[in-house]
Amino acid sequence: MQHRGPYNNPKKLIQFLRDLAFALIIVFVFTTVILLLAKAPPLSAYFHILKGSLGSWSKFSHVVKAWIPLTLCAYGLLFTFRIGLWNIGVEGQVMMGAVFTTAALRWGLTAGMPPLVLGFSFAAGAAGGALWALLAGYLKTRGGVNEIFAGLGLNFVAQGIILWLIFGPWKRPGVASMSGTELFPQELWLSHTPALNLSPAGLFFVLLAVILTALLLRYARIGLNLKAIGNNSAAAYLFGLRPDHYMLIAMLFAGGFAGLAGNLQVTGVYHRLLPAISSNYGYLALLVVMLANYNIWAAPAVAFFFACLNTGSIQLPMMLQLDSSLSGVIQGSLVLAALAVQAWRMRRRERKESSPHE
Amino acid sequence: MNELNLTVLFAGVVAGAAPIILATMGETITERAGLINLSLDGSILLSAMTAFAVAYETNSLLLGFLAAALVGALTAATVAVFSIYLNQSQVAVGFVLTLMTRDLAYFLGNPYARIHGPQVASLPIPLLSRVPVLGPVLFTHNLSVYLSLMLIGLSWWYLYRTPLGLQLRSVGEHPQAAFARGIAPQRLQLFYAVCGGMLVGLAGATFSLSTKQGWGRPQGAEGTGWIALALVIFGGWDPVKAALGAYLFSFLQVLGIYFQGWLPSIPAQVFQVAPFPLMIFTLVLMHLAQKESILRWAGDSGFKKSLLRLFSGVAPAALGKSHRTD
Repeated sequence: MQHRGPYNNPKKLIQFLRDLAFALIIVFVFTTVILLLAKAPPLSAYFHILKGSLGSWSKFSHVVKAWIPLTLCAYGLLFTFRIGLWNIGVEGQVMMGAVFTTAALRWGLTAGMPPLVLGFSFAAGAAGGALWALLAGYLKTRGGVNEIFAGLGLNFVAQGIILWLIFGPWKRPGVASMSGTELFPQELWLSHTPALNLSPAGLFFVLLAVILTALLLRYARIGLNLKAIGNNSAAAYLFGLRPDHYMLIAMLFAGGFAGLAGNLQVTGVYHRLLPAISSNYGYLALLVVMLANYNIWAAPAVAFFFACLNTGSIQLPMMLQLDSSLSGVIQGSLVLAALAVQAWRMRRRERKESSPHE
Repeated sequence: MNELNLTVLFAGVVAGAAPIILATMGETITERAGLINLSLDGSILLSAMTAFAVAYETNSLLLGFLAAALVGALTAATVAVFSIYLNQSQVAVGFVLTLMTRDLAYFLGNPYARIHGPQVASLPIPLLSRVPVLGPVLFTHNLSVYLSLMLIGLSWWYLYRTPLGLQLRSVGEHPQAAFARGIAPQRLQLFYAVCGGMLVGLAGATFSLSTKQGWGRPQGAEGTGWIALALVIFGGWDPVKAALGAYLFSFLQVLGIYFQGWLPSIPAQVFQVAPFPLMIFTLVLMHLAQKESILRWAGDSGFKKSLLRLFSGVAPAALGKSHRTD
């Protein structure tokens, strides 16, 4: 796994942008072919995605609502990728954050003091995600279970727990259905600024995540240690670093951030628990981080672009009778193209180095 | 609740397991050669959509199955080429492809959603289907179910009883040593990725043309790819054990349908989750079974030893690692 340093070198930044442009061109051609295959007008489809995401303030506020959880998950994943863990369980961590949040809010229905209850729910959400991440972490460090399969398994277990809660203990009075639990009263909704319809709390959490991640990974010892273990865990162990401890720490951050994202999905977006509460943001955040090449500053930008695609493609079924999943096709092919361009560059460099100098 | 008709129940288990078996065998073969194809869940959906669309347009089931196999092979080849020749993480590429092929299937399959199309006809085998109990359970299905049954034995035989199977396993265990003995590990890995991918594609076609006939969003095959990946581990990378896992899962699913009468408050999807805790549990047991203290505990007791052997699946040593011999 590649962990590139920051692009504070202007030459490297230009190279990064050039690679990105290459990947974008490849994806543009690919997506256009796909659209033509579906007998759809490509330009019109791109136009509707653009208009549906940045065309108005209300559309833009929807983009931000997707961007916030996506960025939170991505920042959590930076910790786990740094130590070489493939935290695919991030999806389930978002779900458990939402479950714990819902539990806290349900308890708070009778407690009064809505602001305090909301504040408590933030802690509960983060704890839920962290707990689920620690479970995967312990399975890895103690149980010898690869984090990918542990995480994947726990994702499905989390999905099962949500379904069971919705159809069992937390079912709506009368009918239980896939549409989720009963709506929470408005006092327990995250407040939004009236003009822009943005939630200050969500933006605050993103800001907090940026500062915390940047400080810890770039300037604190822990970031260096995570990286050392990620690069060579045997050598790091000889230097007195315990890989298992640091793996759990990284999982704790990843799960905590993902849990907060799950909280915001309940308190800020849906105001109830429903089967698709995670909106696939965990899985999508993995793509975000890969495309951002594990870079702290590139991640929010990529997340914003992905959020635009997600929000804008909702227009496709209405306007062109196409499926909205085109956004996923663009996102996935973009990551693949970026990986291919990067591999091609590495091969060229290798060839240059191995060719005899005159 | 009606009385349980056991032959009908088990015939349902065998039919329901067919696509899962196809995918599991494909992934077992690929992983034994040292390559993880994580894209299963999406590539099953994309091949299911392709099979249905092609069969619908051409009115030929054979072309539908062939197109699906091609899609599965192409997806697997993408993972293999990125990993073997471009030195990228198999897990990363496989994961991206999982999401991408799923979305591609939904996008391109939109015009074919919820329409009636061709379906594989059942083909009872003349004499065998009359055998009491076993006849109806095993020999009253369609060709893809028979294929799934044959594949279990065929994969086992190929892996453990042929020189080519030995080559395959050696590449998955120690590619450098295989290379030293004159085998080209990279080419073999690509080859078996494509073979496994074709089976995964056939699994998709079996879904849309037989088991869960038709196309839609959701199709009903969602999650099967992850289950197949779990079953490969559950079976300890042994095709026969993995197939037993697939039948166990299919049995649980069928039971879930029966149980729904008893526990109407629990949706069927909750039962779908069952293989995953089982997979984690198996992995923990496998890890423990290799520990010395546990081996000491087993001592000379035959029962304890056979218990350990049941959980002693070991992953191919070079699984998931990219390596280069040039």
